[in-house]
Amino acid sequence: MSSNNGLKIFTTPFNSGNPVTVLVLGICSALAVTVKLQPAFVMAISVTIVTGFSNLIISFLRNTIPNSIRIIVQLLVIATLVILVNEVLKAYVYDVSKQLSVYVGLIITNCILMGRLEAFALGNKPVPSFIDGIANGAGYGIILVIVAFFRELFGSGTLFGIQIIPESWYIANGGFYLNNGLIILPPMALIILGCIIWVHRSINKELQDK
Amino acid sequence: MILKKIVEKLKPTFSKGGKLGMFHSTFEAFESFLFVPETVAKPKGSHIHDSIDLKRTMSVVIMAVMPAMLFGMWNTGYQHFLSIGEEVSFIDTFFYGFFKVLPLIIVSYVVGLAIEFTSAQIRGHEVNEGYLVTGILIPLIMPVDVPLWILALAIIFAVIIGKEIFGGTGMNIWNPALLARAFVFFAYPSKISGDKIWVAGLENAQNVADGFSGATPLSFAASNEIDKLPDTMDMFLGIIPGSIGETSTIAILLGAALLIFTGIASWKIMASTVAGALCVGFLANALGGTPYLEIPAWQHLIMGGFAFGAVFMATDPVTSAQTETGKWIYGFFIGAIAVIIRLFNPGFPEGMMMAILLMNTFAPLIDHCIVQANIKKRMKRKSIL
Repeated sequence: MSSNNGLKIFTTPFNSGNPVTVLVLGICSALAVTVKLQPAFVMAISVTIVTGFSNLIISFLRNTIPNSIRIIVQLLVIATLVILVNEVLKAYVYDVSKQLSVYVGLIITNCILMGRLEAFALGNKPVPSFIDGIANGAGYGIILVIVAFFRELFGSGTLFGIQIIPESWYIANGGFYLNNGLIILPPMALIILGCIIWVHRSINKELQDK
Repeated sequence: MILKKIVEKLKPTFSKGGKLGMFHSTFEAFESFLFVPETVAKPKGSHIHDSIDLKRTMSVVIMAVMPAMLFGMWNTGYQHFLSIGEEVSFIDTFFYGFFKVLPLIIVSYVVGLAIEFTSAQIRGHEVNEGYLVTGILIPLIMPVDVPLWILALAIIFAVIIGKEIFGGTGMNIWNPALLARAFVFFAYPSKISGDKIWVAGLENAQNVADGFSGATPLSFAASNEIDKLPDTMDMFLGIIPGSIGETSTIAILLGAALLIFTGIASWKIMASTVAGALCVGFLANALGGTPYLEIPAWQHLIMGGFAFGAVFMATDPVTSAQTETGKWIYGFFIGAIAVIIRLFNPGFPEGMMMAILLMNTFAPLIDHCIVQANIKKRMKRKSIL
């Protein structure tokens, strides 16, 4: 494997192969956990770890897994990793873990994971597979963080829980400003995601439909 | 005619390849705003161009909206002076409201037209006139004290997300004016619901007259305080708190008459919307139970935004059903759903906005079913022969 190739595997998920904006996978959790930046950030890291290591493990096992039961083996690996991540979150960032609630468990059903295992890890060596997994997790994560950035800034006036929009601007304190209540609701997350896809496709012309 | 000469003289500068060719769309918009377009139908075929193009259609709608707007301005002043317990002359009342409403209209047109012109320039299309009507409707369905930046934001959202990304005027699924209102409704609920925001200056007022509440008839009704409802005649004339243009049923009926007379809006939609509301109203009367369920069904027609929605919003030719049978179904459900929301959803005193947006979504489906049914019927007839 040339280093150039490794770089390409790493960069594709951030641009023309982005799991969220191009492949449109993992939308459900992108809408659910992006009200605040902190949970979105934790979710992004969790998914990155799970995609990276599940790709690595499946890639090691790829020649020994019988084709007919490969989905079960993949699920087993993913589920194990997700449970591990969940336990770690509960132990160290309990509040965030409670906010994420069921969505950590639902990483198991995130289409990005199975997609990368089927499409990449089963046919490639461990190191490229690991890079591919990490990059796809991060590509998903970066969209999550961008969506959460806008939703937290305009919906709550904060970033990572720190007040960004000055308190004195608010109507309650004699100013003119109000937080946007619509942006907290899931439909607006979808619209923001749509806008990101819009911007992405206007920059990267290859992605535009003919 | 001097104007015409100037336009003719400037034309080559702006046409493709000319010095200012990049502003082609903008120039054309002004030209066809002033004069009937030069284009005529092709010599082949049986089609002719009607001299009524989109712009002239729009001007009729704007004329139809005028009575409701002017009344809204007067009522804004009237409600304000009522709330502080002062008596002033008719002229003062009107001009107080006029200067309250004017900024909303200016913001609406400046923001909306800026987006229209920019997107037409980017796409190289003609500028569409769709916004001329939307721009006057949006301020009329807002409370008078809505902050201007919120209004601007709502218009940006409605025009870009609601209209431009679908391809501009004529392609949108939802009525842009109602989308702007829905945006404010969900994003800044404290500015468009409750009892304090419908009358100018009431929210921060120091000296409110005794016994003045500022609540709309619908909010009395929703809390089952039927005895507090204003006089029926007041509600019909529109001397009640509410969004700027929605209060006066009689002014809206004047507009409706003009729209129906010129054939611009569908009377079928208006009639079936009223029928739908009355049906649910009568059913609720039969059901009984709470005072609100037992109010006469026709009272729903003169409260809140029902009349305005039925005449100016539901009949939008782009977002309503296109087939003739479809129009009956579409209108009926708007009326029925609006009254159902009013009567049975304690969270929303008014249901007209939701009902129209919901039926906008279903209008293409209704049309599809009608067309398919028609095809089936004809196929059957053919197979019998």
